Amino acid sequence: MDPIHQFNISKIYILGHIGGYEISITNSALFMFAAVFIIVAGMLVATARRSLVPDRAQSVVETTYEFVAGMVRQSAGEQGMKFFPLVFTLFSFILVLNMFGMIPGLFAVTSHIVVTVFLAFVVFLTVIIYGFWHNGLRFLKLFVPSGVPVYILPLIVAIEVMSFFSRPISHSVRLFANILAGHITLKVFAGFVALLGGLGIAGWIGALLPLALTVALTALELLVAFLQAYVFAILTCIYLNDAIHPGH
Amino acid sequence: MADRRSPDDEAALSARLKQLGERIHEAGAKRQHEAEEMREDEAKRKDEPTNLAVALRLSSEFVAGVLLGGLIGWIIDHFAGTSPWGLIVFLLLGFGAGTMNVVRAAGLVAQQGASVKKD
Repeated sequence: MDPIHQFNISKIYILGHIGGYEISITNSALFMFAAVFIIVAGMLVATARRSLVPDRAQSVVETTYEFVAGMVRQSAGEQGMKFFPLVFTLFSFILVLNMFGMIPGLFAVTSHIVVTVFLAFVVFLTVIIYGFWHNGLRFLKLFVPSGVPVYILPLIVAIEVMSFFSRPISHSVRLFANILAGHITLKVFAGFVALLGGLGIAGWIGALLPLALTVALTALELLVAFLQAYVFAILTCIYLNDAIHPGH
Repeated sequence: MADRRSPDDEAALSARLKQLGERIHEAGAKRQHEAEEMREDEAKRKDEPTNLAVALRLSSEFVAGVLLGGLIGWIIDHFAGTSPWGLIVFLLLGFGAGTMNVVRAAGLVAQQGASVKKD
């Protein structure tokens, strides 16, 4: 009945110890492996027999490719396509993990902030490293809006720098908070059904309302699961755009 | 004779035909215009996220700025022993950055790196 219990990390297999830290395969890691396996296997199987007229599996893969490619081109420009593998990996990984979370009994990996923070840091470091490598010090122009009077420039630059460094926080918190809040809400309403159902006939009638809400919330959560993967990917594109064309 | 028409009738008929053609053309153009408008509305509605999504997005942007400001200020105070000035200054800066994030996310100001337009 505890709505938080579903987020428990449990050890499945202990691999060994490195420097006093235990290295083990947890349920979280297991689902990440499963997601990678499903994505890779799905892509390979669907594109094994490439035909001009795609069958169902192939057209799913092709539609996904076109969807992500269109997103990258639109937000980061044609030059952004060199980051297509990164964006596609993030999108498909998060999407599959979110969808895992929607299957009752399975574990929602993206409801743990450590996972989403790591993903956001991958993007953040890519932006910084590529930004400096591609533009040199011109990348710093990102923090200096042109046309601002000199006397407020130091304050503006400080705020812009802070705004830049707060990106991975909002980037990761958005995904994590949506999935966490959604799963807790779902669990709480589903818990009401069980609680009221134990009260007899009157309880059964009363349980209809939370049951209907649970069904509606499940539909909403499916939408959120897709939308958050999409939002994460599109934000990645927008941030990468800054690394490719700063200060234009 | 019945099928024999005077030149006047011929002229009237062709005028009516022309008028009819124009009306058909107008109606067609109008319908096409309406269809286009409907399609645009549809596209607009699809692009508009739900209110909850907007609320979550904007609040997370704002909170991220303030949190980062507080964190940096606290770390500086912790190591430099300047308590409470680091926290005060960086919380205020973080507040500014959070506000900046929100107005940017809402699309009210230009994105980071874009030049400020001079009116």
